[in-house]
Amino acid sequence: MNDTLFLGERVGDWIRDATNAFVKYLVVQHGDTFEAFSNFLLQALVWLERLLRDSPVLAVLAALGLIAYAASRSLRLAIAMVVALWFVGTLGLWTQAMQTIAIMIVAVGIAVLIGVPVGVLTAKSDRARSIINPILDLMQTIPSFVYLIPAVMLFGLGKIPAVLATVIYATPPLIRLTDLGIRHVDAEVVEASRAFGATRWQMLTGVQIPLALPSIMQGINQTMMMALAMVVIASMIGARGVGETVLLGLQRNDAGQGLIGGIAIVILAIIFDRISQSVGARAQTHRHVAR
Amino acid sequence: MALIEVENVTKIFGPAPKRALERYRAGLSKEALLAETGHTLGLADVSLSIEKGEIFVVMGLSGSGKSTLIRHINRLIDPTAGRIMVDGVNVLEMSNRALERFRRTTMSMVFQRFGLMPHRTVLQNVGYGLAVRGVRQAARDAKAMEWIETVGLSGYENQYPTQLSGGMQQRVGLARALATDAEILLMDEAFSALDPLIRSQMQDQLIALQAKLGKTVVFITHDLDEALRLGDHIAILKDGRLSQVGRPHEILLNPADDYVAEFVRDVNRARVLTVEVVMKPPQARLTGENMQRALDEMRRVGARYGYIVEGERYRGVTSAARLEEAVSGAGGNSQTLYDVAETGPTLAADDALETALPAALETEYPLPVVGDAGQLMGVVSPSEMSTVLAPPKANGAPLASRPDDERLAS
Repeated sequence: MNDTLFLGERVGDWIRDATNAFVKYLVVQHGDTFEAFSNFLLQALVWLERLLRDSPVLAVLAALGLIAYAASRSLRLAIAMVVALWFVGTLGLWTQAMQTIAIMIVAVGIAVLIGVPVGVLTAKSDRARSIINPILDLMQTIPSFVYLIPAVMLFGLGKIPAVLATVIYATPPLIRLTDLGIRHVDAEVVEASRAFGATRWQMLTGVQIPLALPSIMQGINQTMMMALAMVVIASMIGARGVGETVLLGLQRNDAGQGLIGGIAIVILAIIFDRISQSVGARAQTHRHVAR
Repeated sequence: MALIEVENVTKIFGPAPKRALERYRAGLSKEALLAETGHTLGLADVSLSIEKGEIFVVMGLSGSGKSTLIRHINRLIDPTAGRIMVDGVNVLEMSNRALERFRRTTMSMVFQRFGLMPHRTVLQNVGYGLAVRGVRQAARDAKAMEWIETVGLSGYENQYPTQLSGGMQQRVGLARALATDAEILLMDEAFSALDPLIRSQMQDQLIALQAKLGKTVVFITHDLDEALRLGDHIAILKDGRLSQVGRPHEILLNPADDYVAEFVRDVNRARVLTVEVVMKPPQARLTGENMQRALDEMRRVGARYGYIVEGERYRGVTSAARLEEAVSGAGGNSQTLYDVAETGPTLAADDALETALPAALETEYPLPVVGDAGQLMGVVSPSEMSTVLAPPKANGAPLASRPDDERLAS
């Protein structure tokens, strides 16, 4: 009875077979393309990781302090950030932290390159928005392992599928917040720019994106936080970093080690959050239409 | 041909405006159109001619379509039907490129809520039109500074709009619009968001700038006093339809329908109407020195007072009684007409009745109106002034009974 009602329970088989055939097709026919792309990304990632690991610790700490100060113009914040990162070193996780930061920077960079233009597109076109929004919902809810399986087949184990999984998980909030920010730009300001004969591009770069910047910065901040949430999963497919420490703790039944890794992740999250928040806060000055 | 010609422009808002237009053309009313098709009639067969160099005011309450109308002129809104010609060019046939060029060079706009870019300084805001046009920064800033000075904002050029008061922000808006040297200025309720005092300052400034620059200004307002103060011509819009187009005093004195009449009822007419409106030619205009001939002339037309003119210049006024006395009196030969002329107060053609009335009531003869060159233009009596100061009824059907009518009747 149930057999007929559920169409012989065959739908799952069809999806599985079709997906597997498609992945196989990609691996066999386009494996080289994926490898070339993966190599390019890998080179960038490895270079960045090496830069962070090989630089003197003091230079990295100083650079962080400078970035924090440039972002916030607050000496207190800059010092607090440096102390926080130094503390990660005292935990014995300096190298792992540098590996994680490298993956984060690359993943967030890709997320921005994808997220901002797509957000602009959805803000400009209701049709694009109605197509893209469900895809974003899917990207945020589907368990990462589901797309990690084909990703690992296509790119092999290691950093690249980790970056990919991070990008898939972390880009949606940036797209949504870019879309929201641009839609909320004061209509009269946009109209004024149109009335003065601005082209679409001039309007976008001169008015809409600058005025949506606080919202976009909020999106980047969210993207960073979500990317950090992915580090443990990333370590499961072979990405090195602080996530690995947590994973090792899990495998060895070593609660203490898990906690140390967890503390390091939280500290990195605080550093990324505070710096990007203060960039956003500074972007906010002079962005409101006076009423 | 006028600089801006709006011809039978109809605008219907909704998902299928062309189909709704057919229904409207077939005789469906605005309300029925909305109820049956869900379409809103924004403008209905509006035609206007706006001459070069004038301030043309479009007046109406909110929802009358005035903001929609002004956005058709620079095509921020496309009409459903009709034609818009600016300087002989059909705006609707322009490509996107041509339209952008047209907006950059031919017209600029001032907005009700200013529409300033909050992330740019005053200097950058004023230079925005030039930046869009691709003018280099140095030239742009120099030009923007000139206009910042003209509108009286020197010293504020590096402030951000949020740091300025409303009146100052709108000055930035005005400077931004003027900086492009566009011939046409579109002002959408430009002063409506300002305090009354600041608003009248801005009106003065606009009038002064207009006198100097001679732009063509299309000004939208919901305030009749503002319309009467600024407008060379006024168009009154109701529910997307034109009720009346005319000069301010025409609208005040001959409202086309009840709607306009209701509008103009509460206007301080003495402040708006000028002497020119009620001025009449003098009954007796006396020229030459001969008193006897002047007296004969006055008797012939039956005038009690005569106005004496030498060449073109006004010399004074005299009464028939005084002239008779002078002619019959002793030593009459040595006197001329100019000797008996009495020089009293005079009026100018653009004096408001408000200022003219006290003087007119103090003298027993109709006051002479004298032009810039000293010539006699006409005379005004208090009784004529009072005829235009009472609110008129609409042409055709009289207004529905109003309290003061009832009082008169009882």
